[in-house]
Amino acid sequence: MATLAETFTPAAQPAVPHQVYSPMQLAWRKLRRNRAAVFGLVLLGALIAYIIVGSFVFSEEYANHNDLSLRLQGPSAEHPFGTDPIGRDILARTIYGGQISLLIGLASVAISLVVGVLVGAFAGYYGGTVDSVLMRFTEAVLNIPSLFLLIIAAKYAGDKIRNFELFGREFSGSLIVIILIIGLTSWMYLARIVRSEFLSLKEREYITAAHALGVKNLRIIFYHVLPNTTAPIIVAATLGVATAILSEAYISFLGLGVRAPTATWGNMLEDATRYIENAPHIWFFPGLLILITVLAINFVGDGLRDALDPRTLTH
Amino acid sequence: MTCLTQRQAIGAQVMGRFIIRRVLQAIPLLFVISVIVFVLIMNMGDPLTSFAGRNGLVKGKDRERLIRQLGLDQPIYVQYLVWLVGNDWMKIDSDGDGVAESNGTRLGVLRGDLGTSVVTRQPVLQMIWERLPNTLILMLTSEAVIVVFALGLGITSALKQYSLYDNVFTGLSFVGYSMPVPLLALGLIYIFGVYLKRAGLPYFPTVGMFEPSVGKTWEQVVWHLVLPVATLSIISIAAYSRFIRSNMLEVIGQDYIRTARAKGLANRTITLKHALKNAALPIVTLVGLDLGFLLAGALVTETIFSWPGMGRLFYDHALKSDLPVLMGVLMLISISVVFFQLLTDITYTFLDPRIRYQ
Repeated sequence: MATLAETFTPAAQPAVPHQVYSPMQLAWRKLRRNRAAVFGLVLLGALIAYIIVGSFVFSEEYANHNDLSLRLQGPSAEHPFGTDPIGRDILARTIYGGQISLLIGLASVAISLVVGVLVGAFAGYYGGTVDSVLMRFTEAVLNIPSLFLLIIAAKYAGDKIRNFELFGREFSGSLIVIILIIGLTSWMYLARIVRSEFLSLKEREYITAAHALGVKNLRIIFYHVLPNTTAPIIVAATLGVATAILSEAYISFLGLGVRAPTATWGNMLEDATRYIENAPHIWFFPGLLILITVLAINFVGDGLRDALDPRTLTH
Repeated sequence: MTCLTQRQAIGAQVMGRFIIRRVLQAIPLLFVISVIVFVLIMNMGDPLTSFAGRNGLVKGKDRERLIRQLGLDQPIYVQYLVWLVGNDWMKIDSDGDGVAESNGTRLGVLRGDLGTSVVTRQPVLQMIWERLPNTLILMLTSEAVIVVFALGLGITSALKQYSLYDNVFTGLSFVGYSMPVPLLALGLIYIFGVYLKRAGLPYFPTVGMFEPSVGKTWEQVVWHLVLPVATLSIISIAAYSRFIRSNMLEVIGQDYIRTARAKGLANRTITLKHALKNAALPIVTLVGLDLGFLLAGALVTETIFSWPGMGRLFYDHALKSDLPVLMGVLMLISISVVFFQLLTDITYTFLDPRIRYQ
């Protein structure tokens, strides 16, 4: 977190004049000095190692293998996280579930990035009618509670896509649906951020110059304005991954998320309320992993916000 | 409050125009929301499956008759129009002979008729009316707890910036802010419901609003409120207090606070009277926007604690594709969101004279 002193001290001259850093290098140096952000990065690295290394230790077949005679067993040496209501090993499922949860987080943010950037860029750049139509629409979607919208969309599209195979693994078709609907219900804040950036950037002289040179509008939008809005987009997208992982957890917890055989941290929580007294381990471990992931991403996102703040870049 | 009366008069005029403009903007907004939601909901599932109660699935002639009666055979824009303005002014063909003979009975949303639930056959308005107080009890209590604790924690940690207290607080607030609702709710249930009960200690109830054997007394409701309110509050307190802390820090760094210090004012006076006033301004926006969404209840929390609120109503009827209830709940929420946004904007302009004459 930037201190006030840091924020308001006038730009100091670099001690070594010939040492020149690019904005990205400066941001990285600043991020490295932020203890919370480094902690978040380390946590994230550990989690990614967990879901990758783990998948070499346990096969997905093992993670989906059920044995009713072993149902709801508490943590033991053989099943360190215990077993779920149909006797599957929870440790192995958190590994494969983690891959899917992170995939949902990243892929849905990618979708919301595309929609949000397009809507925000066109609204901000063209202004006038385009702006008011797009922003009315954005505002309308923002006014519907997002979880309610997700439930409707999940119910609407839940079973529309069949299960498919990829890299020799079978995935539930609902995975695609969940990625799409989380992406399509979370682009609104991004659109607003991008729009406000465009509103101020399009008044700059270099844009006027580009117009005077006869550069086409689309080229100005994507080559001249958009690259200057990357900092707030990176921050919003990073924090968006955390929100998307939580959204997946909620919609899956409510039974409308990714279906079997694909495990996610969210749908591992689905039966939790029924077994709260007898088997707290079935919700504790996936829940804890969601918490750690979201926490790590929030630390990194918060650090990035400070590191990419142009007012503090010169330090 | 020592403004000149003339200035006040101009202010009122500007304000009046501002309010009218915002109200006029709200109407097309609600219209767009209703179209989006209607189209989505109409396609989300077969509402007739929820008729399949006692007598099994509705089939053949019965099904055709029901579809005609519910108007589901009409094109979607006709259905939307009927939902909006009713069909009592037109003849409908209810026996399927191709001749429209009977009068429609629906009044439409614009005349306060939200329709009838496909599942319970009750008027939607009545169903919402029954759930609304439950949701408001839960949400208003939480909101009050959130504001009090967030202000307290945010201000104290800002005053002790970089102390151990502040660092612990910042760390914990990150954890709270990142907490998935199911983990927190189930954890609280396990510790304060299950574990205390096993240990033979007094424990908190985890299901519903009251013990059916005791009845709906206020002691029962308060007792049942504890865990759901704790769940809702912990997560939001974390987010809000961080916001308040950074606002407070920004205000404390300003010149007028240094002036107050230089004048020799007591720290207490400076914090509570001078700094807090400005630091609290953005909270008005935050809480105001929250109030609009209060009607929505807290879907996940209500589901876990079986709290009979609006969120549960929506979720239960979404599973049954009960179109009129879903439309009714969502439109009511949208109206309340739009209304409170307007109210927040107006309050803010009153509280912050800097943006009054823009």
